Amino acid sequence: MAQTVVVGDEHAHGEQGLHEPKSFLTRYIWSQDHKVIAIQYSITAIAVGLIALVLSWLMRMQIGFPSSLAFIDQDRYLQFVTMHGMIMVIYLLTALFLGGFGNYLIPLMIGARDMVFPYVNMLSYWTYLLSVLVLVASFFVPGGPTGAGWTLYPPQAILPGTPGQEWGIILMLVSLVIFVAAFTMGGLNYVTTVLQARTRGMTMMRLPLTVWSIFTSTILGLLAFPALFVSGVMMLLDRVLTTSFFMPTVVSMGQQLDHAGGSPLLFQHLFWFFGHPEVYIVALPAFGVVSDLISTHARKNIFGYRMMVWAILAIGVLSFIVWAHHMYVSGMNPYFGFFFATTTLIIAVPTAIKVYNWVLTLWEGDIHLTVPMLFALAFILTFVAGGMSGLFLGNVVVDVPLSDTYFVVAHFHMVMGVAPVLAVFGGMYHWYPKVTGRLLNDTLGKIHFWVTFLGTYAIYFPMHYLGFVGMPRRYYDLSGISAIPHSAQTLNAFITVVALVVGAAQALFLLNLVWSAFRGKPAGSNPWRATTLEWQTPETPPGHGNWGPRQPIVYRWAYDYSVPGAPEDFLPQNHPPERSGVSGAGADVRHGGH
Amino acid sequence: MAVAIVLAALVLVSVLFSVLSPWWFTPLASNWGMIDKTLFITFIITGIVFAAVSLFMAYAVFRFRHRDGAKAAYEPESKRLEIWLTGVTSVGIAAMLAPGLIVWDDYVTVPSEASVVEVVGQQWNWTFRLPGADGVLGTVDARRIGSDNPFGLNPDDPKGQDDVLVNANELRLPVGHPVKVVLRSIDVLHDFFVPQIRAKMDLVPGMVTYFWFTPEKVGTYEILCAELCGAGHSAMRGTVTVVEEAEYQPWLRGLPTFAQSQAGNGPGRRRDLAQDAGAPR
Amino acid sequence: MGLIRTLAAKPWVEAAEDIPAWGRLPLPTPRVGLLVFLAVVTVLFSLLVSAYLMRMALGDWVPMPVPPLLWANTLVLVLSCAVLHGAWAGARRGRLAAARTGFLAAGAGTAAFLVGQLVVWRQLDAAGFLVATNPANTFFYLLTALHGLHLLGGLVAWGRTAIRLGPDADLFRLRQSIGLCTVYWHFLLLVWVVLFALLLADDAGAASMAEIIRSICYGGRPGA
Repeated sequence: MAQTVVVGDEHAHGEQGLHEPKSFLTRYIWSQDHKVIAIQYSITAIAVGLIALVLSWLMRMQIGFPSSLAFIDQDRYLQFVTMHGMIMVIYLLTALFLGGFGNYLIPLMIGARDMVFPYVNMLSYWTYLLSVLVLVASFFVPGGPTGAGWTLYPPQAILPGTPGQEWGIILMLVSLVIFVAAFTMGGLNYVTTVLQARTRGMTMMRLPLTVWSIFTSTILGLLAFPALFVSGVMMLLDRVLTTSFFMPTVVSMGQQLDHAGGSPLLFQHLFWFFGHPEVYIVALPAFGVVSDLISTHARKNIFGYRMMVWAILAIGVLSFIVWAHHMYVSGMNPYFGFFFATTTLIIAVPTAIKVYNWVLTLWEGDIHLTVPMLFALAFILTFVAGGMSGLFLGNVVVDVPLSDTYFVVAHFHMVMGVAPVLAVFGGMYHWYPKVTGRLLNDTLGKIHFWVTFLGTYAIYFPMHYLGFVGMPRRYYDLSGISAIPHSAQTLNAFITVVALVVGAAQALFLLNLVWSAFRGKPAGSNPWRATTLEWQTPETPPGHGNWGPRQPIVYRWAYDYSVPGAPEDFLPQNHPPERSGVSGAGADVRHGGH
Repeated sequence: MAVAIVLAALVLVSVLFSVLSPWWFTPLASNWGMIDKTLFITFIITGIVFAAVSLFMAYAVFRFRHRDGAKAAYEPESKRLEIWLTGVTSVGIAAMLAPGLIVWDDYVTVPSEASVVEVVGQQWNWTFRLPGADGVLGTVDARRIGSDNPFGLNPDDPKGQDDVLVNANELRLPVGHPVKVVLRSIDVLHDFFVPQIRAKMDLVPGMVTYFWFTPEKVGTYEILCAELCGAGHSAMRGTVTVVEEAEYQPWLRGLPTFAQSQAGNGPGRRRDLAQDAGAPR
Repeated sequence: MGLIRTLAAKPWVEAAEDIPAWGRLPLPTPRVGLLVFLAVVTVLFSLLVSAYLMRMALGDWVPMPVPPLLWANTLVLVLSCAVLHGAWAGARRGRLAAARTGFLAAGAGTAAFLVGQLVVWRQLDAAGFLVATNPANTFFYLLTALHGLHLLGGLVAWGRTAIRLGPDADLFRLRQSIGLCTVYWHFLLLVWVVLFALLLADDAGAASMAEIIRSICYGGRPGA
């Protein structure tokens, strides 16, 4: 780690020694440019996400129309459930938000030329790709991928009786361990870049909320992923060397095994020490992106910027002391329930503040209902709905009848599945013009928006009620449960149909992405008339090194929209103040350096 | 414009759905009405907040949609409003949390008069053990589990000799008596979940977990496994039959004790039934 | 408190004549990157130690004897760190030759430590303390392996610096590289000391602690 070339460190050596790509290979494949790496990350994440989307179709087919697809047996069903969850949470959302959005936006938004450790950044992507390949390979090994559920709870995950117990689980764990390494390399970059490479004038409190949230989310990841690493390595040892970290004495299928004395709960503690912050690792970037979308498209400063930053930090800190709310009925010491229910509900306060501030930003705004703005509004509604059901599950005693039912499935899909994905879409429609120089097609975008927003709401809102009924999750066969009325099957079929439609509608988005790259309306450098630095680059798409000969100087915060007395309804962050006559770079400002 | 209407309509549809849809909790059959009440409090508070925030958003989008020449206000923050909102939110949170914690205290405090029932899970069926005349369950050891001793009881423990074994997927309970359910698994995680009882708890190999409830309505209820336990997870079903005391005793007397089962074929030994149910592979 | 002052700033209040300096901490960037990485490694080993304590509480734990060779290995690592520190001091004073000798010696010492650890593994293995025999053994192998891998990673960085140690070396970069290595080595020495102390404490009877942890973490009784 230690030996990396530092780039963009301009005040150490005036004009930076950026590694200049010479050939096609170094420009697009082995590139150290944060923008190229971001695109590589995004394409890989979306590709693997499409696999997960198809898996969700297949599992929904089994739930909505049982046994209509003959090849889905109970083993395959569990394998689809598991791989869908794991891919979506880790390999799509985490990678896309941090590796994709983080990589592209951080240097541009803080006025840097690149990440501070570009070589490590490149390694991060290739390591991530390796983890994806190992993951995908598990579909092709004997026994198929693991079907242990994305939580991979032992002993089940490594015992016969669970599909993929032979090779799938091993590849899954190896892939996760590699992913953690990849994330750590990327994460070091994002954090250090935000701390060290901000351009002149870019104080921490002048950072756009997107940067704040990705920064905080990366810190959460750096501190939480080691728990996944540790539990993954330990379970590998249990599986391969028959050690007993998590394995007590068990009789599996009538066989006494060699394990003895281990604790399945130990795994759950480690897993959720990672798993809960992970929720915020994907939620926080969505918060940040949505804040910026709302402010830009409502032409109004984000309401309560400081409170928003504090809330991000508070959520980040609190997210490390709530993990056992996933374990209320796990058999852990029941008195933990008092503590974790309290911390969990406390975390709702900063989260609520963020929601209030988003809707208050709309108040007295000048709201342009662009596609990014539509997605931001949809995000708020979906997030609020999903957040509300979180209050049921966090409140320990209310969780008891609901845990492991479809209420949980509905909750986490809304709050950390659909809501972040809506933010991703909003972000993509918003920043695509900067990445390609062309706008995404508006009509396609609107169709995509309506189908996705209304469709996902129609899928997950009623699903909560199936949880009330008591419908347990991860069931291959839901028939014959007396507590569940027959009408619930109708609802399941309806949800499946909507899921198929919503999934298919994503083809419009992909089509739009490809088509607009060549035929889209030219966007100019700042189509949304936004204040933040990424829109002020001399070239669009930004060239190598981002800023031409001079990095921008920042004179104001990221939200100077509709400032009274200003000629236009936005003042870019590098727009010098009028009254003092300080004009840009010429000012004799001593910059404190080291 | 359209989006403002749709946002408001979604709130309306959501409320109507909650009121009109047939999907709600199954009728309660245990003492845990307090769980339902706490849940209902949470439902009302969160419902109001969801509607209020969404309708406010819809109204704001409608009222402040872009018009030519319009200009947004400039308002970085309002300390008073933010403090006020934080305060109201905290009160709402406390109103949900406080009853939750009080009921949780009940949940973890087993009444002293509760009788003990042991639930043993394995892939993919349920068996049960009752403490017998001495009211105490004998000690067990997973290493003793075998076809002649499916519960892994310690044959040298006098307390275990009179333990009553229910080597089948059906448990009967007398109505109106609190039960402390102690749970044990011999292979992987399972979860004892009867929707009508509301309470549930994981079965963890290597540990004994517990919860308690009082069956208050006579009837037959299905036991579901609510913790993924492998391929046969969804087929791991059982039955709890809550009966009057008069019906309970004859059933109990028909079951073998551990001593009887070791001596040979005790009366009412139903092993084959237990083996056949559940496992679909 | 700089942090609180930073976070309390009202960024929309414009002070026109005040263009803040480059935003950064008063540390070289590679050093910041290294510190962030060390935070990650700290969490990694903290979690392993927590898992060690929680697993220890489960009743079947048989502490491992501490092989005497571990003391010698520890001494070698301490000496390597001291020599490396000396090399760094030399580099800062411009004494390139001394720095070079010290730097190379520290790498050799570290390699010796790793070989020593492997010898300990062989000894334990020969004495019948296999990986899967007892969780105490498993943890010993796991902790030493992960610590060793981190040192090995350090040796890669060390090797890249060592290549550049020729007489025409860029002294500024060399100083920086040696400094980073020194910080990393000291950190891993600290980790090793903590792990070693844990093993010794375990051997000396941390059973009562295990009891406390058990009652906190597991509530329910472990299997009879």
